[in-house]
Amino acid sequence: MSATRSLHLSAEIGGPPHFDAAHYVSLARLAERGTLDFVTLSDTFARPGPDALAVLSRVAPATERIGLVPTVTTTHTEPFHVSAAVATLDWVSRGRAGWAVDVSTGEAEARLFGRRSAAPGDDLWHEAREVADVVGKLWDSWEDDAEIRDSSTGRFIDRDKLHYVDFKGRTFSVRGPSIVPRPPQGHPVTVIDATADAARAAAVRHADIALVRTDTPTAARAAREEIRDRARAHGRDPDRLSVLAALPIELHTTADAVDLAGLVGDWYEQGAVDGVHLLPADVERDLGFVVDGTVPLLQHRGLLRRFYPGATLREHLGLTRPVNQYARAGESS
Amino acid sequence: MTKQIHLAAHFPGVNSTTVWTDPRSRSQIDFSSFEQLARTAERGKFDFFFLAEGLRLREHKGLIHDLDVVGRPESLTVLNALAAVTDRLGLAATVNATFNEPYELARRLATLDHLSAGRAAWNVVTSSDAFTGENFRRGGYLDRADRYKRAAEFVETARELWDSWTPEGTSRPFSHHGPHFDIEGEFTVPRSPQGHPVVIQAGDSDEGREFAAASADVIFTRHGTLEAGRTFYADVKARLAAYGRDPDDLKIMPGVTFVLGETAADAQERAAEIRKQQVSPQNALLALEQIWGRDLSAYDPDGPLPDIDPDPDSGLVQGRVRIADPFAVAAKWRALSEEKGLSIRQTVIETSTRQSFVGTPQSVADELDTFVQTEAADGFILVPHLTPGGLDDFVDQVVPLLQERGAFRTEYAGTTLRSHLGLPEPVWKG
Ligand SMILES: Cc1cc2nc3c(=O)[nH]c(=O)nc-3n(C[C@H](O)[C@H](O)[C@H](O)COP(=O)(O)O)c2cc1C
Repeated sequence: MSATRSLHLSAEIGGPPHFDAAHYVSLARLAERGTLDFVTLSDTFARPGPDALAVLSRVAPATERIGLVPTVTTTHTEPFHVSAAVATLDWVSRGRAGWAVDVSTGEAEARLFGRRSAAPGDDLWHEAREVADVVGKLWDSWEDDAEIRDSSTGRFIDRDKLHYVDFKGRTFSVRGPSIVPRPPQGHPVTVIDATADAARAAAVRHADIALVRTDTPTAARAAREEIRDRARAHGRDPDRLSVLAALPIELHTTADAVDLAGLVGDWYEQGAVDGVHLLPADVERDLGFVVDGTVPLLQHRGLLRRFYPGATLREHLGLTRPVNQYARAGESS
Repeated sequence: MTKQIHLAAHFPGVNSTTVWTDPRSRSQIDFSSFEQLARTAERGKFDFFFLAEGLRLREHKGLIHDLDVVGRPESLTVLNALAAVTDRLGLAATVNATFNEPYELARRLATLDHLSAGRAAWNVVTSSDAFTGENFRRGGYLDRADRYKRAAEFVETARELWDSWTPEGTSRPFSHHGPHFDIEGEFTVPRSPQGHPVVIQAGDSDEGREFAAASADVIFTRHGTLEAGRTFYADVKARLAAYGRDPDDLKIMPGVTFVLGETAADAQERAAEIRKQQVSPQNALLALEQIWGRDLSAYDPDGPLPDIDPDPDSGLVQGRVRIADPFAVAAKWRALSEEKGLSIRQTVIETSTRQSFVGTPQSVADELDTFVQTEAADGFILVPHLTPGGLDDFVDQVVPLLQERGAFRTEYAGTTLRSHLGLPEPVWKG
């Protein structure tokens, strides 16, 4: 195991809906005290709760290092707006944004929009893949150095470093470029729950982090290997796709926190996972035990780092900043 | 009693008036810029902070326009972040009613209202064309009449959604069946701290004014002179009665610029300098091309105007308002340049918009107050020409003078934007 490799630890901070900012700020700060890589906030259009991306934008200036990953759905939203909003979360958090891609399968959600009826998950995940693709293109539609502020020629931007994406998918098309300059991380981190088949097909192509819900390290290892193989088959470097086990937790005592540390440490040391994504039953209580009980033990075992080595979520995850797909095209031509 | 002035701060995003060549001009995208301007506005006890929106980069001669400040964040996301670093300041986002869906946007606005404890506002714009539409699923184009119909039904639907929770906090199913929206279900966000986010309208046509009179809390206008302001004010306020509304229920706020100096002459000199910086040689040619409809890149901006005629059918200019009679404008410009001996650039400077309020802090304070006391406006949306520091002098020098004369608050009376604007909480229509 390389010296820089570190167990990735993250947690969901949703739960029963809250509408006050203080609730989410205190949870994110707690997770940050435990040097977790990131927190997620799940979301759908159909059950009570605030808009997750808005909540984590509100949390951003109130935190310093923790990665912020809201669920952003692709079924009833506009890909152009989605790309701008996630890029903006990256700007306001100074490079700590991600998005958990999801689809809306239900008829109830379709009726909230009245534009299309519910569709099978396979179709929606196919569309989600297209959305992830165009969102990446929009993030790259400004090269990093597109803004030149050149007084001598009067030009604010170099238009040759802005690109039309001209994307045509099955259900939408986007002309581009984005209205938002390329975000600090280049691409905010893409997280996909890769447990179900259709979603896994999206994860192996587009995710930086794949989550798998599984009960045993054996199943986790099998899923991880499959995901890495398929990513490789798509021409990706599997080491740039972390697979985290999504673990429901319910901690009532310090002993529970110790047990959790044992389990997580073992799975990780056996190479079954790159880390875990904790799904607390009671987020305030469970996260408290994790930060004060589980985290120190994992640090003591040398599996978890004691501080944030960098400032951005990509740095926490050991992921490099992606090369701009258009800049690369420009160089080779 | 002296009528109270309302003040808002515009963060100039994509625009041609920020003097970006000035060394004090900083990033238009880093969060620190937004934070600085918002904190200054809150220090000045402003009513709200305002962001415009554009959903496609502008083009000129089929190429992305490269002379102006460009690149902006998505508004609601930035405003949620600003809610973390401000306490009282209202937070207003311009969001298009053509390229969004009521359920999603109503939810995002209600969320901002909760997370900011009652400080959210929505500036409803309708601008729509096939050019912008190319970025969206909807794709196409709504003609002018339909745009306002969709916008009106959009606002109505958003309000139905916001009212679908009782003030006591019980969610009730909603359904809306209209020409543009056919939706039903349950809204996920309880009634927000202000009842509803504040609704602002920007748009000047008869339809626009009627739309504002029927349903907006604030109207954002371009009528920045005393004369035009009074006419607009009288017209819009007179429309309210037909909707059972009181003149005070709709605040009229023009977007205005300002330049301060130690003396009147000093301020005039600065204003002239700023105008020269805003109209670069390249920008002068571009302004000319927009009227002539021709490629004039071979002309010298410091030389005379072209003696060829405009070509109104060239299709050179896209995504901008068409000039109705380019021949007339060209003739007027030629006459002006001959009479005063002006170059292309000087002519453009002479004909482009002047700074609205130029003078000493005292004279600017007097003038602003006169506008409000004589019903040319209820307040102003200030557009600084430098980001993010362009409001500092105004807050330090003009605001205290307005406060001294009792025309502007010295402390926020309440916590919500509605309370700053003196607007009642909307009656719940369950
Ligand atoms: C003061 C003012 C500000 C505006 N700001 C925006 C804006 O930020 N984004 C936008 O898309 N449209 C903006 N608009 C355009 C209007 O929403 C509207 O589409 C346009 O004025 C045409 O409608 P009208 O004929 O009623 O004026 C603005 C209009 C005015 C008058």
